[in-house]
Amino acid sequence: MKSLAELAAIREKMQSKVVIREGNATTRVVVGMATCGIAAGARPVLNAFVDSVNKEALTDKVTVTQTGCIGICQYEPVVEVFEEGKEKVTYVKLDAAKAVEIVEKHLKGGNVVTEYTIGAYEKD
Amino acid sequence: MIRSHVLICGGTGCTSSGSLKLQEAMNTELATYGLQDEVKVVLTGCFGLCALGPVMIVYPEGTFYSNVKLEDIHEIVEEHLLKGRPVERLVYHEAKSEDIHHATSLSETTFYKKQKRVALRNCGVINPENIDEYIAMDGYAALGKVLTEMTPDDVIQTILDSGLRGRGGGGFPTGLKWKFASGNRGNVQKYIGCNADEGDPGAFMDRSILEGDPHAVLEAMAIAGYAIGADEGYIYVRAEYPIAIHRLEVAIKQAREYGLLGKDIFGTGFNFDIQLRFGAGAFVCGEETALMTSIEGNRGEPRPRPPFPAVKGLFGQPTVLNNVETYANIPQIILKGVDWFKSMGTEKSKGTKVFALGGKITNTGLVEVPMGTTLREVVEEIGGGIPTGKKFKAAQTGGPSGGCIPASLIDTPIDYDNLIAIGSMMGSGGLIVMDEDTCMVDLARFFLEFTVDESCGKCTPCRVGTRRLLEILDKIIAGNGEMEDLDRLEELSNYIKSASLCGLGQTAPNPVLSTLRYFRDEYVAHIVDKKCPAGVCKSLLQFKIDADKCIGCGMCAKNCPADAIARTDYIAPGHKLASFAIDPKKCVKCGACMEKCKPHAIYKD
Repeated sequence: MKSLAELAAIREKMQSKVVIREGNATTRVVVGMATCGIAAGARPVLNAFVDSVNKEALTDKVTVTQTGCIGICQYEPVVEVFEEGKEKVTYVKLDAAKAVEIVEKHLKGGNVVTEYTIGAYEKD
Repeated sequence: MIRSHVLICGGTGCTSSGSLKLQEAMNTELATYGLQDEVKVVLTGCFGLCALGPVMIVYPEGTFYSNVKLEDIHEIVEEHLLKGRPVERLVYHEAKSEDIHHATSLSETTFYKKQKRVALRNCGVINPENIDEYIAMDGYAALGKVLTEMTPDDVIQTILDSGLRGRGGGGFPTGLKWKFASGNRGNVQKYIGCNADEGDPGAFMDRSILEGDPHAVLEAMAIAGYAIGADEGYIYVRAEYPIAIHRLEVAIKQAREYGLLGKDIFGTGFNFDIQLRFGAGAFVCGEETALMTSIEGNRGEPRPRPPFPAVKGLFGQPTVLNNVETYANIPQIILKGVDWFKSMGTEKSKGTKVFALGGKITNTGLVEVPMGTTLREVVEEIGGGIPTGKKFKAAQTGGPSGGCIPASLIDTPIDYDNLIAIGSMMGSGGLIVMDEDTCMVDLARFFLEFTVDESCGKCTPCRVGTRRLLEILDKIIAGNGEMEDLDRLEELSNYIKSASLCGLGQTAPNPVLSTLRYFRDEYVAHIVDKKCPAGVCKSLLQFKIDADKCIGCGMCAKNCPADAIARTDYIAPGHKLASFAIDPKKCVKCGACMEKCKPHAIYKD
């Protein structure tokens, strides 16, 4: 190692990878991964969330986890977003592309993607 | 892309309860479910809660699993990692919460709440065999800072100002040690030494730091090298610590590959490299002059001081020798500053101290608390108290060189000076808890037997004196003691303390003196009443059967290996069978009868 810059580069690259262990995230994205969810395609949704949260460098404040059956199997894949101090947002009938969009607009931009939420579907 | 980390403890405690097999099984199961690219399994250093091992923690939820068995792995992978349902039955009881997806943070549990992890900050958090993870935690940033922004004298002044004192036992100010060795930089060959010869039975904090965060020690040694003008370092580690040695070897190799050890570090022209030397486990080699003699390839024997190592140390050259835990504090003092460090601790003892809790305590393991925490907080709160529900009698600090702290002093804030004042010492930080079932005379004898074995034999007061002490204790324990023996013990102890060559002899009588100071009545009971109040010393015990409680079942007689128990003619009122009695002449005092007796009719007298 010939310079501090090299050290800083490694540190930056690695920090996003170990930050998950600090448990300081304020936003949780929970993907329903029961049998119904998996059958409806929850896995690619989960992977898309993990991928784009990493790409957008949001790992220090967003964690992506799974959960069991949320109880609304007809709407699977279902994803719930918990933000500290805010109401839970429930997204339904997601796919990988919608997941990427949610990360961009909601998690990064702060605007809930209303058309994918359960409220929008229930009106129909 | 990784979405979850499983941190499995790879410290010696959890390794011996099978954590490496868990890791293997975890990887196999993950592959079965195709999760190997989503879940990362990391083997870390010690979490501290060794009593509950093997332990693991799953992020991002922070779910803490304890006492995990091989057959549990399948369930953890299928339920938690695949379906997202933490396996509640395996969650550490204190870390359970209403919302299973958001575990109670470990730092909220009674075991961790009062702890302050400085030296242990990366233990149980990073993979010690991956230098990148250490760098992610600001690793080697302190070395970068001193090499590019500070003069060697600045570094020494910082360590001096921080008030850091040696964590190996003596508590000598680290900065002062560095200052003494700092003269004539660049003109003489100097060395940096790391004392990792943790000899105190019951202490394992140095091992855990080396196993959990080896780079912190390497980085600190390089900083010390820059401060005094040394370009070579030696780590003297006991061969009994194979995991620590392996991780050190890996760490040194990685640091060399990155150019963080070797020539021209960070392009500043500073050179520093480190070699390992293995100790064969002699207690005396923890003494600095004996340790250096051993590194030089000679028999590990101490030599008189002065000259101190700072003047004439390894290979006759100026040397700074610090303990592992001391080093682990240094990079953070450099990065976070003197004020941060001084905000922890007491007036004369700054920072934190790691203790290895052992003996009669629920949470056997490793804890790190600010100096000045009371013994009560450590034992009753963090340690979880005494598992048998018996009363706390005393705690031994400093191992064979230290002394006991009786229950009456349990509220003493622990720091270097307080412990010396009450006749004990910090030592390296072993803390052995004793309840009412411990005989203090027997305890003194236990530690003395250890020092008699470990005395190197070079000086007479230690070699002969400790053996005579042991003989007097044996005599008392056998029931042949006289009151004059107590004076002899004290007189001889003081001679040994003042006349021995090195720290081993100078501290060897401490267990005798401190037990005499606080538990003299127990010695008197052994000598005058010929009784052992704790019921430990066999020569002074008699096993007896309470004839009125005995139901005459005969289990005692069946289990007696010496045929010392026979039926009598006496039938207690209300019983159908005649009671049994023990023949004291035949009894070997093994206690087998007492264990088998259902109505608890057998007692020690």
